[in-house]
Amino acid sequence: MFGYLNPYPYVLFILLYPVNSNKSVLLLSSFTLGILLDMFANSDGIHATASVILAYIRPSLFKFAFGLSYEYQTVKIADKISPERITLLLLAIFIHHFILFFFEFFRIDLIVIVLFRTLLSTLFTFTISLLIIYLIKPNKR
Amino acid sequence: MQQIINFIIKNSYRLLFLLLLGISLSLTIKSHSYHRSEYVNSANAVTGTVYKKMNEANEYLSLKEKNKELASENALLKELLFNKKDTLLTSKTVFRNDLNNFNVVVAKTVKNSFNKRENYITINAGSLAGIKTDMGVVNDKGIVGLIEKTSANFSTIQSILNTKSKINAKIKNSDHFGSLVWDGKNVGFAQLIDVPRLASLRKGDSIVTGGNSDIFPENIPIGKIDKIFIDKKTNYYTINVRLFNDMTSIGYVYVIENKKRKEKQQLEVETAAPKK
Repeated sequence: MFGYLNPYPYVLFILLYPVNSNKSVLLLSSFTLGILLDMFANSDGIHATASVILAYIRPSLFKFAFGLSYEYQTVKIADKISPERITLLLLAIFIHHFILFFFEFFRIDLIVIVLFRTLLSTLFTFTISLLIIYLIKPNKR
Repeated sequence: MQQIINFIIKNSYRLLFLLLLGISLSLTIKSHSYHRSEYVNSANAVTGTVYKKMNEANEYLSLKEKNKELASENALLKELLFNKKDTLLTSKTVFRNDLNNFNVVVAKTVKNSFNKRENYITINAGSLAGIKTDMGVVNDKGIVGLIEKTSANFSTIQSILNTKSKINAKIKNSDHFGSLVWDGKNVGFAQLIDVPRLASLRKGDSIVTGGNSDIFPENIPIGKIDKIFIDKKTNYYTINVRLFNDMTSIGYVYVIENKKRKEKQQLEVETAAPKK
């Protein structure tokens, strides 16, 4: 959209994946998701790279956002919007988009444009992700 | 041996990560060091079929506009047909008399991208329709791009909105040659570089494909001069060209095959080769 804003809300899949399930399955499925996107977008592995890296650093991000004890609680991102969850989402989306755009441009001298696009797209993806979370949130009554 | 297996089991998660990272990184780097996207592209049966279905749905919604475009193209063709004495038909402005050098295949766009630095278009005709790599692609308004890769029923086009693309072009009035490239910033404009300072330019002059290209016929419209810059280091002009084509909405395209391309290339290679 407008040449600058490209939201990629598929990042949510990697983030919403259950916390305590098999990590290798997450890695493999993120890779598959990324490579599928690459096929459709004609973009040779950049989505795959970004998704795999995000899936790998996901535990560290959780630790950063929720503190050390996250493994013992059943953290659900889709549960409620709290400051911790917003930090996690923003940080994860930023890292993912930065890797994505960096590999798309692949030149150090264009780093300013990369950062600019990353920032704009991060905000946009974040907004759309919040909307999606609200939409798919299971309604407890 | 036992230890190696233990090591692999213990670090399986990390090893899996490195493996997947390696695969995707090598794909990425390969795509940047070669001219073409080699393995992962949308010229395969799966993605092609999906895009085709999506496009069928989209097409239905824009039938009215397409009708209008077809009608106006029809009108233009009729005008050419009826006004044979018109200046429009002099050899300089329309396709040259050697039009029978060129085969034309009609195809429909099923996927178009324009918001990246390397943009590709996927069309629904492939090697079965006689399409091969490096053929030119135009539509009724002007130039679109080059065929990059083909499968049986689909092909990808390297759009002119691709930072890798470089096409020979000239200024219509003065016949000065340059190269048409894209700086990756605005989808409405491309850049014509390496135009010598001798050329006399004015804002609004037409840019068309040049005769140096062995892919496109001469005089296919590209765009109009919008702004002119002078490169102080090299004494060449850099020209901002406003494209005639709206690259964000491409419907039917025509793939052009130059039948005498091989002959011309061979002759040029033989001429350039050192004599023994």
